[in-house]
Amino acid sequence: MVTANTELGYNSKVEGGVIVSRADAAINWIRTNSMWPMPMGLACCAIELMAVGGARFDIARFGAEVMRFSPRQSDCMIVAGTVTYKMAPQVRRIYDQMCAPKWVIAMGACASSGGMYRSYSTLQGVDRIVPVDVYVSGCPPRPEALLDALMKLQAKVRAEPASRRLLSA
Amino acid sequence: MSVEVLTALKAKFPQVSDRPSADHPAVDVPRADLVEVLRYLRDEHAFDLLMDLTAIDWAQCASPRFTMVYHLLSTTRAGSYMRVAVACAGSEIEPTSPSVVHLWAGANWHERECFDMFGIKFEGHPDLRRILMWDGYPYHPLRKEFPLAGIETVLPVADIAEETGAKVIAAPMAGGPFVAISGEINLTEAEPRAKDESWSDRAARPDQTALRQVKE
Repeated sequence: MVTANTELGYNSKVEGGVIVSRADAAINWIRTNSMWPMPMGLACCAIELMAVGGARFDIARFGAEVMRFSPRQSDCMIVAGTVTYKMAPQVRRIYDQMCAPKWVIAMGACASSGGMYRSYSTLQGVDRIVPVDVYVSGCPPRPEALLDALMKLQAKVRAEPASRRLLSA
Repeated sequence: MSVEVLTALKAKFPQVSDRPSADHPAVDVPRADLVEVLRYLRDEHAFDLLMDLTAIDWAQCASPRFTMVYHLLSTTRAGSYMRVAVACAGSEIEPTSPSVVHLWAGANWHERECFDMFGIKFEGHPDLRRILMWDGYPYHPLRKEFPLAGIETVLPVADIAEETGAKVIAAPMAGGPFVAISGEINLTEAEPRAKDESWSDRAARPDQTALRQVKE
């Protein structure tokens, strides 16, 4: 990009290759813009999750397009779909295998509250087994709603006291 | 086609009787003859496909309590579809029925599902385990005495149950079953859970367990 005024940007001749910032800001900036999702696709919401990954909605704009099918490499579990009691222990097991810091998005009515499945077989909200950061309403939610949830989560991560937690761990 | 099958079937097995049916022909078969009748239909009348195998729970105290229904289809003779019904043997708690896996291999998972949902023991089944609910689940959900919401029990995996403190609960019916009443225009009020006050914005969710947040 060509601009007329070159004085407004960062100038290494003036500042000597050093940027002063808060550790929290730097760490959170990295975390928010490379949030790799663990696609826990359990039902029809997973179809919308796939749409979010496609070109039209393009979750890559937020640095979260790298769907990791290994919990060891992922930061944010997107629980997309109905969690049955039979599946619930496996969801928790995969959450436990993710490295901290980690976040959870409950995508859709089923993952958030059991949805329309008020029955003997369905976990009544994935927050009974894992701590959820963002809930998305909808059955299934529009892809834009999931992108909004991701932005909300990024805003939440930006406000975290990352360096203090790192030092106290 | 179906009339000929019924005539031939009744000529060979006089103990078979007609069963009321709105569409396809259906017959009642005594328990002892079930496997022979099904084998005869498969081999002599080309019912080569077992479409479905399911059970009816007539109610507690009914006799017989459980009836098995077999849906048969012929893929070679057009329009051949029939049902065979047979009462289950055994007690109300542990009904039994002969397995037909040796006639149609596809009956395997159908019988496992039927065992899972109704608790019918299929004698001669090669691998009679639950198929939908997990091993060790103590109930059979499609039986009449089982409530839709479920009955409280423990999660399938013990260490996860201990770690999370979660358990299988009777689902909050929240004013449901989940059916909207027709004619109610205001959807916020028509929604069944709008009538429920046990779990709303104003009242806390019942038996919500506080989860341990994982520290970084």
